[in-house]
Amino acid sequence: MIPEIGHFTLIVALFMALCLGVLPIVGAARNNAVLMGVARPLAAGQFVFLGVALACLGYAFVANDFSVLYVAQHSNSQLPTVYRISAIWGGHEGSLLLWAFILSAWMVAVATYSKHLPEEMVARVLGVMGLVAVGFLLFMLMTSNPFDRLIPAAADGRDLNPLLQDPGLVIHPPMLYMGYVGFSVAFAFAIAALLGGKLDTTWARWSRPWTTIAWVFMTGGIALGSWWAYYELGWGGWWFWDPVENASLMPWLLGTALMHSLAVTEKRGAFKSWTVLLAIAAFSLSLLGTFLVRSGVLTSVHSFAADPKRGIFILSFLVVVIGASLLLFAWRAPKIGLGGKFDLISRESLLLSNNVLLSVASASVFIGTLYPLFMDALGFGKLSVGPPYFQAVFVPLMVPMVLMMGLGPLARWKKIDGLELVKRVRWAFGSAVVIALLLPLVMGKWTPLIALGLLLAFWIIASVVLSLRERLAGRDDFMLRLRNQSRSYYGMQFAHLGVAVFIIGVTMVKGYETERDVRMNVGDTVQAAGYEFRFNGVTEEQGPNYVAGRGNVTVSKDGKPVTELHPEKRQYNVSGMPMTEASISPGLLRDLYVSLGEPIPDSNGAWAVRVYVKPFVDWIWAGCLLMALGGVLAISDRRYRIHNKRTMAEVSGTDLPLKEKTA
Amino acid sequence: MMRFILPFVVFVILAGFLYVGLGLNPREVNSPLIDKPAPAFTLPQLHEPAKLFSPADMKGKVWLLNVWASWCVSCREEHPVLMELARQNIVPVYGLDYKDKNADAELWLKKGGDPYVLSVSDADGRIGIDYGVYGVPETYVIDKQGVIRYKQIGPVTPQNLNEKILPLVAELQAK
Repeated sequence: MIPEIGHFTLIVALFMALCLGVLPIVGAARNNAVLMGVARPLAAGQFVFLGVALACLGYAFVANDFSVLYVAQHSNSQLPTVYRISAIWGGHEGSLLLWAFILSAWMVAVATYSKHLPEEMVARVLGVMGLVAVGFLLFMLMTSNPFDRLIPAAADGRDLNPLLQDPGLVIHPPMLYMGYVGFSVAFAFAIAALLGGKLDTTWARWSRPWTTIAWVFMTGGIALGSWWAYYELGWGGWWFWDPVENASLMPWLLGTALMHSLAVTEKRGAFKSWTVLLAIAAFSLSLLGTFLVRSGVLTSVHSFAADPKRGIFILSFLVVVIGASLLLFAWRAPKIGLGGKFDLISRESLLLSNNVLLSVASASVFIGTLYPLFMDALGFGKLSVGPPYFQAVFVPLMVPMVLMMGLGPLARWKKIDGLELVKRVRWAFGSAVVIALLLPLVMGKWTPLIALGLLLAFWIIASVVLSLRERLAGRDDFMLRLRNQSRSYYGMQFAHLGVAVFIIGVTMVKGYETERDVRMNVGDTVQAAGYEFRFNGVTEEQGPNYVAGRGNVTVSKDGKPVTELHPEKRQYNVSGMPMTEASISPGLLRDLYVSLGEPIPDSNGAWAVRVYVKPFVDWIWAGCLLMALGGVLAISDRRYRIHNKRTMAEVSGTDLPLKEKTA
Repeated sequence: MMRFILPFVVFVILAGFLYVGLGLNPREVNSPLIDKPAPAFTLPQLHEPAKLFSPADMKGKVWLLNVWASWCVSCREEHPVLMELARQNIVPVYGLDYKDKNADAELWLKKGGDPYVLSVSDADGRIGIDYGVYGVPETYVIDKQGVIRYKQIGPVTPQNLNEKILPLVAELQAK
């Protein structure tokens, strides 16, 4: 019964989405207040019905209803309850439902926090999001209904993929989807502005906080995914240039570009058509990400759907959404105009170059990810593009970007004296160079790449310090000046510092990690980076739905005990899949990482053991966290709250007659 | 204004590629070992560990090497297909029991039937590494000269057996 209710609510939600996608947009075109007025209630209705659908699916999982095909495929009676809930998005159908639900949550957020916007703008934005929802709901109902029955019911389920049975994977997909789907808001604002023919600085101001929130979620989601790969896959790596990872990196890069471009459009009225194009492209890449992951066009470690029918549907959907948007762009953009002029050396030009570099980086990831597909389509056969390509392309693009990142916040709008800027930053840059040259010597190994990485990181840090010093210098109260800087300023600097912390993490791990892959008998020891790892054997342990060999490794340094690690090798009961659970002792300056390989046959309890000492590796994710925190600070800026109130007061005069009409 | 229509044009081209891409088989990943000699190994036979088997023993015959394991779920899917193939006696199938315990493997074959002429046990997966195995099951078609001619990733289905593997086997046997 409950699954049928879920199915039914999906159908209701589809009809609501259809109405939402048509009525308010027509209303905005004809200036009909009644039609525009249905946008908010319909958005709320979507949210409620999709929430019920999600709850129904959750119920089927918790109650072990194996007469639902999706549940039978992704759960098992032995599965712990928390993973039964996260199993909702452990497969294709459920992920789509989660996607649609999150989209409706964004709609409700837009409906709630848009009181100060002109009614036709709200109508158009929600309408565009409604059209996107139509696509997803149709897709679900036609090709991938999570509520399909399995008759006769299975005795027990096939269990959730053991890779996904992990706390990190409970929150990673919802977080990432919040980001992916969040870009739909920026997209909807851009389309609404194109439809209305009014692309001005207010449009940029409205879509800025939405873009930033989506970007914050996406940053968090990607960081979580990378962290998961680090501790769960047992290979000690944190980024594999896997197609699914790339699918999230591409919209993130464009989203980053969009954030910066929106800043210029808001402050200076420049780059308008470019910003609109970025908004369309960022969301298109989010959709394409879904396409790549879900259609099976590209296979990877963790794509879990391969069905050509679905692929055709998603492709048609992509063609309609992106094709229509780009045609609209081609039609309307020529009338947008150019906006404020700026000099060759100015904050605008620095931001524009950063934009271009980020877009090129995104395009290069795109090419690397799809190149095998293109070659295959053209009949050149199958091939795969590996990490060497991405590293070779990515690093040279990021170096100038980071160098400009330090200059951007220091430069003024419109026009600056290049010579003066050079004078201002010479000490900051000089100290970064000195640190980059000397620090690797202290660490014990000097290579050009380590020095380059450190130079970039310390250049950002020095430029942030310089900017703070310039802003805070003065005779009056220091604390007052500290308080007087806007939160968006601090947000920007936090995010930039996050990039520096991230670069330090990457550089240190790459430059100084130690790896030992050894066969160890009980009682054997191995040395790595000054630590002594002693293998005390493996004992058998019973988990809720698996049997594990649990290793015991004691770590000591200079004879003093440091920690005890328990890497596991699990064998899941249902799928029979062996899983490696690494054991990690995290630290500010280093992680100690041990994972079990295979037992050595015909030996007395010996195992292949992999031991890593990874310096500064947690800085990689700490950097992402700082970036996300910077985004949060930026949207909490009082500017947005004050603007909200002021625009509301300004608009309320024109707003009243409209309301009377609706009444 | 031509430059504003450019994004649309680029997108249309891209969509074309994606459409063609959909028709391609993602499982058909090219192995660098195709048209290379099958890596040599000498492993104990599963049922009689005292006896050894090596691909060199198969010179002059076209044969299939199927990588399987008792813990592998998809292997259960392809198992009936292999049983049928064994019954028809068209091409000998040899099994590489990958990262498995001998007792489990023997029990599995006893329960479900044994489609293999013989299986060898690759308990630590080292031979699997030489063959570039990245998932079980996988099936290799090896010709009379001991060269790998085809690699099937994922379970053998009646469809790909009849469309790909058997025609290739017939062609290789005729040579």
